[in-house]
Amino acid sequence: MSFWRKYIFSTDHKIIGIQFLFVSLFFLLVGGLLAMQIRWQLGFPGKPMPGGGILPESMASGGVILPEYYVQLVSMHGTFMVFFAIMPLLVGVYANFLIPLKLGAHDMAFPRINMASFWLALLAGLIMTASFFVPNGPIRSGWTNYAPLAARPDLSGVTVGQMLWCISIVVLGLSSVMGSLNYITTVINHRAPGMTWFRMPLSVWALFITAILGVLALPVLQGAAIMLLFDNVLGTHFFDPVAGGQALLWQHLFWFFGHPEVYILILPAMGMVSDIIANGSRKPIFGYHSMVFAIIGIAFLGWIVWGHHMFMSGMNPTLGSTFMVSTLLIAVPSAVKVFNWLGTMWRGNLHFHVPMLNAIGFVSMFTIGGLSGIFMAATPVDIPIHDTQFIVAHIHYVLFGGSLFALFAAIPYWYPKMFGRMMHEGIGKLHFGLTFLFYNLTFFPMHIIGMGGQMRRIYDPTIYDFLKPQQPLNVFISYAAFALFAVQALFLFNFLWSLKFGKKAPQNPWNDNGMEWSLSNPAPHGNWERTPNVYRGPYEFSSPEAGDKDFLPQFMKLPTDRDPVPAPVPAAGH
Amino acid sequence: MRWWLPDAGSTFAGPIDTMFLVILIITGIALVLVEVGVVTFVIRYRARPGRKAFYTHGSTRAEVIWTAIPAVTMVALGLVSNHYWVLIKDKKSVPPNAYHIGVHAKQFEWQITYPGPDGKLGTSDDFTVRNQLHVPVNEPVAAELSSEDVIHSFFVPEWRLKQDAVPGMHIIAWFQATKTGEFELGCAELCGMGHYKMRARVFVHTPEEFKAWLTQQATGGGGGGGSE
Repeated sequence: MSFWRKYIFSTDHKIIGIQFLFVSLFFLLVGGLLAMQIRWQLGFPGKPMPGGGILPESMASGGVILPEYYVQLVSMHGTFMVFFAIMPLLVGVYANFLIPLKLGAHDMAFPRINMASFWLALLAGLIMTASFFVPNGPIRSGWTNYAPLAARPDLSGVTVGQMLWCISIVVLGLSSVMGSLNYITTVINHRAPGMTWFRMPLSVWALFITAILGVLALPVLQGAAIMLLFDNVLGTHFFDPVAGGQALLWQHLFWFFGHPEVYILILPAMGMVSDIIANGSRKPIFGYHSMVFAIIGIAFLGWIVWGHHMFMSGMNPTLGSTFMVSTLLIAVPSAVKVFNWLGTMWRGNLHFHVPMLNAIGFVSMFTIGGLSGIFMAATPVDIPIHDTQFIVAHIHYVLFGGSLFALFAAIPYWYPKMFGRMMHEGIGKLHFGLTFLFYNLTFFPMHIIGMGGQMRRIYDPTIYDFLKPQQPLNVFISYAAFALFAVQALFLFNFLWSLKFGKKAPQNPWNDNGMEWSLSNPAPHGNWERTPNVYRGPYEFSSPEAGDKDFLPQFMKLPTDRDPVPAPVPAAGH
Repeated sequence: MRWWLPDAGSTFAGPIDTMFLVILIITGIALVLVEVGVVTFVIRYRARPGRKAFYTHGSTRAEVIWTAIPAVTMVALGLVSNHYWVLIKDKKSVPPNAYHIGVHAKQFEWQITYPGPDGKLGTSDDFTVRNQLHVPVNEPVAAELSSEDVIHSFFVPEWRLKQDAVPGMHIIAWFQATKTGEFELGCAELCGMGHYKMRARVFVHTPEEFKAWLTQQATGGGGGGGSE
């Protein structure tokens, strides 16, 4: 196979996963760079930013960030992080990489659609990036693009950038739907003999449910983005009340997508963390079935809570009441998951490898993000904190403390399967410790300045008398954020250095039970030469049947095991 | 430096701050429970030579307990919250004797309209003031919110009051200030590049002061055009 066929236009799900990994890590870096500029402005408003001189005069004047550029920074930071970093990192990378490997499948159900899904995602990312280089720059209406601001170029001051946002999102949605259909089909049809539904690892369960959310949610956003594009370009007025449109329609459409999207961004993290915590604790996951039902429960409730983003929007307060109740109920399956992770660690034999450390970090930080959500869910308490930095703290405890810590666990965990080498353990531990520290120093104080009333997305908090006293805390947060960003160099270095110089990986470096560890590292195209058999559930750590070992892989045939009866093959061809 | 919510300045602050505290206590207990659990297990069950994990797939009893407790807590929290929510935001909760003012938001200013001597909004003696909100203390006030262009949000932290002003919608937000003095009104919804400077000064007067201000504005000072 030529280099191009093997690494660039690959139909191998593992290569596609790796392609997603490189691209989305790049966008994670871009999103981080935007965040640093936001923090500079909030900590030191009106002071020239170091290195700001290289920005054009339309963004920063003499290095001082301009208000319009600041609004673009917050808008694009959110856009890149949600759509091009966290979502593809969790779903693009790990749904692709793990689903076939963990199910004992040879590849995805539709390998070519899978390839198209990656290339469309990359195209969408490039279109979004291009909006920085067009006249008037990228969007200025937040990653949520609230209309009529986003619908009216005369009010937002953005022209081409807004169109590019809409087009990019439509392309990304296409990619996401293609991917999701693939994941769903693969999970339903391509499980190896013996891989029953309730022998699937929780990572696969989570990715499967996530794919269902994706296929239902993304088209709603695409439709809304097309309407917004028409409002901008063709002179329709879907969202502009001046000509009979409805301003709140955009919010309903956006959040009908947007709230399931939040669970797209956390469920896969929960799934992978479950696998890693069971491995690190050398114990079966506590309450496997309720963990599955909690995933399904969260996904279902995720569809009927979108209005909690709109408590202050002028939506009928009675609707607010119903959305409050459904939102509060999400705490129940979330609590079940947290307690079951604790239950898994209870009386375990805890090995603190880097993935386990980050997984524990995930559990303790996601808990804070989940609990702070209760403040906003309770409608009266939401009134003072809505649209303040308290919300910014909350979303970062979920998306950084949650999703990103899960990724810092997942990346080194499956790195040997991807590249045949291990990431450096010492650097990994140092990275975890420093990230955990600076992450908390950055985001926890945001709760406090949010309680103090600092609104989101304001360019200069110091013009308000009531915000001036808390400016020292803003400065503190900025320093912590710079440090947080700087220590990510450790991760980047470790990731790149280990590609070439990492320790060669043994076949089953974590003594894990998953099907993927019956293969060499890295695994060949097509995975198994002969379809493997599955003999048991994924979490048989420390099983009495395992003898002197503390794990019992799904592929291991004991003398007492009978071969599963293979399901009838539907049709040849893939 | 302030580590808590701003000083209370309206009748809403009492119940909202109390609920904030109650939720802080509930979530605080949950948080301590989880974090102490994590730290204890990390220390107590760390791998040592010869140690073997306890093989179990779970306990239905434990799971029922930790499903039921959050469920009951959340439902109770929902009921209490809803009581105050209706009191603050429901259309029917606006006191009939409330003093109505118009708050019209546009990029990037607040236009406050007062009813003038006849006490009625929408008549010819109304007058409008830019970026200055004057209200009497201890009297219910109903702000009739509207927007010229995009979505803005009326936010006075001391009053624990936030309500979006949406173009095409007429939304009433009522409140009763309990403290005289000067405060700030900010826009809490991103409304464009000047969002950050969409700020108005808020004056809460004693009834006498307020009457005097009204008379002065309606007759000489501000009629129609507005000050500042």
